[in-house]
Amino acid sequence: MFDIERWQEIFETLSKNKLRTFLTGLSVASGIFILVILLGFSSGIQNGVTSQFEKDATNSISVWTGVTTKEYKGLNPGRRIQLKNQDFNDIVTKYDDNLEYKSAFYTIWGGLVNYKNESGNYRIQGVMPDNQFIENADIHQGRFINHSDVVGNKKVAVIGNKLSVDLFKGDNPIGKDISLYGINFKVVGVFFDPGGERDESKVMMPITTAQKAFNGGNDIRSMMYTVKMSDNFDEAVKLSEQVSLGIENDIKTTHIIAPDDISAIRVNNTLEEARKIYSLVDTIKAVFWFVGIGTIIAGVVGVGNIMLIIVKERTKEIGIRKALGAEPMSIVGMILQESVFVTMFSGLFGLVAGLALLEFVGPLIESDFIKYPQVDFNTALSTVFVLVFAGAIAGFIPAYRAARIKPIDALRDE
Amino acid sequence: MIQIKDLHKSYHMGNNSLHVLKGINFDVKEGELVSIMGSSGSGKSTLLNILGMLDEADEGSYTLDTVPIKNLNEKIAANYRNKFLGFIFQSFNLINYKSALDNVALPLYYQGVARKERVERAMHYLDKVGLAPWSHHLPSELSGGQKQRVAIARALASDPKVLLADEPTGALDTKTSYEVMDLIQGINDEGKTILVVTHEHDIAQMTKRIVNLKDGVIIDDSFVEQVRASQYV
Ligand SMILES: Nc1ncnc2c1ncn2[C@@H]1O[C@H](COP(=O)(O)OP(=O)(O)OP(=O)(O)O)[C@@H](O)[C@H]1O
Ligand SMILES: [Mg+2]
Repeated sequence: MFDIERWQEIFETLSKNKLRTFLTGLSVASGIFILVILLGFSSGIQNGVTSQFEKDATNSISVWTGVTTKEYKGLNPGRRIQLKNQDFNDIVTKYDDNLEYKSAFYTIWGGLVNYKNESGNYRIQGVMPDNQFIENADIHQGRFINHSDVVGNKKVAVIGNKLSVDLFKGDNPIGKDISLYGINFKVVGVFFDPGGERDESKVMMPITTAQKAFNGGNDIRSMMYTVKMSDNFDEAVKLSEQVSLGIENDIKTTHIIAPDDISAIRVNNTLEEARKIYSLVDTIKAVFWFVGIGTIIAGVVGVGNIMLIIVKERTKEIGIRKALGAEPMSIVGMILQESVFVTMFSGLFGLVAGLALLEFVGPLIESDFIKYPQVDFNTALSTVFVLVFAGAIAGFIPAYRAARIKPIDALRDE
Repeated sequence: MIQIKDLHKSYHMGNNSLHVLKGINFDVKEGELVSIMGSSGSGKSTLLNILGMLDEADEGSYTLDTVPIKNLNEKIAANYRNKFLGFIFQSFNLINYKSALDNVALPLYYQGVARKERVERAMHYLDKVGLAPWSHHLPSELSGGQKQRVAIARALASDPKVLLADEPTGALDTKTSYEVMDLIQGINDEGKTILVVTHEHDIAQMTKRIVNLKDGVIIDDSFVEQVRASQYV
């Protein structure tokens, strides 16, 4: 294998048969190229989907209400269902074993927020301390709303980074007062949210404060819970489904809603959603691998085929070489080494071309569902080695054929 | 140099078998220039292939330069061919993508000679056949006579004990044939043992001994007065 004279002889043969070498290499290079692109995009899709879910906890159950559409127990349709503190507390008590974080919300969709001369419209949300984890809010400065804020309905606020940038223009917002409809709130924290700007342009305050300040009484707009995760994903999905269903039924009972009324109350279970999307991603990945491996097999068969044709075409040459003293093993080595060299070289070429394309085109892709398409270099490299190995196997049958060529048969004049 | 005794060879095709060589006995001494003649199908090429270890006899013994040639496997046969024999074919059998020089150097590659020495020795033999200026040309850029001279240089390159030529002038016109025979005579003059299969009487007359084959047996084996090819060129 490492005989330098042998390599010289092979380079000479390859370089003097450029078209043939090029065609053999092309099938391998394009095979690897396609595989790299496919793997890149499958990881891109995975990254995209994962980052979509990073916005919020993936195991959350959210509950909000609307208007009834069905008559039930003498009550007319068109009735607005209003959740109360009691609903939230009942659910917490009943499902305590299965719930990890819980928060009720009192939301004002567009509220005017002032700081000195700056002002803007932002979402204002009364929340509970657990919401920090439900929304994956990342405290950048200060702290989040805590239990004593809620109990004492303190006039404190945690603002998103967008507000900090818009209103404070680089000043440190902590300890400063912002005013909402003429009421002052002291900023105690600034947060980042993986959900991006939209989730960072809001003000959060204790729910009790929000209810008092904006005449909410005992009303709550929505509630969110996260389900305790078990190690088994399927079990977690099942549990979270059961809890969602239980919550839905409980609220339907207390608020006298027809069991089949789907617009009066909505319970959304992200884990179930996540499961569907992840299984879709898995399917996409499997399909890409399938196509990729198919491409490689096609490439290998292609190389084997081309090598067979080459051997056939070179029958006379091989006969001459044998007549001049080439041993069968040296012929086998020659064909195998050629096949391995060509697959390796063009495989690496396809790999580099594919990686380069991902590198340059990847960042240009503007889709929420494809992010950073890339291939882990080790995966790619091991693919090339698998290919080289396969190339050797592909070269083996032709090499064996070549070794069996009898010089008198090869040299007999037609 | 060559001793063969009672050599038999049959070809089998399905149920038919064709007895081609029916007991050949003959000796060739070092430095002889022998032509083998006979009508088409008389077994000339078959005999030459056995002498060239490209094929094996069914029966009989063959000794080349005191080495008994028997129980050959492919590897041993390849080594013997490389060390002992040089081939010249009717259709030249040059490798078409290699230059004249590389073609001549090929047997040396299989002898394990280093590249630099290969090139030097190949160049020497190309010069000997008068083709030094053509060393970097491909076979397709050479005339028939030139191709056969490259093939002769290649056969000589490994300095074999015996040259075997199967109708070396079969694809050439008369004038070119004589040029090639002149070259072969020159090589023989330097002491090389050469066997030439031919159809043509004038070519046979340029050797020193004519062996006549018919239906697989030697019917005549006689020394002749050698006609020098140089007088025609
Ligand atoms: N591989 C083979 N299989 C079967 N028969 C063969 C084979 N090689 C040669 N023969 C037959 O053996 C006989 C002798 O063939 P050979 O080639 O030795 O003749 P030749 O004297 O060289 O003839 P020519 O002058 O036409 O070259 C022929 O009848 C030929 O058909
Ligand atoms: Mg013949």
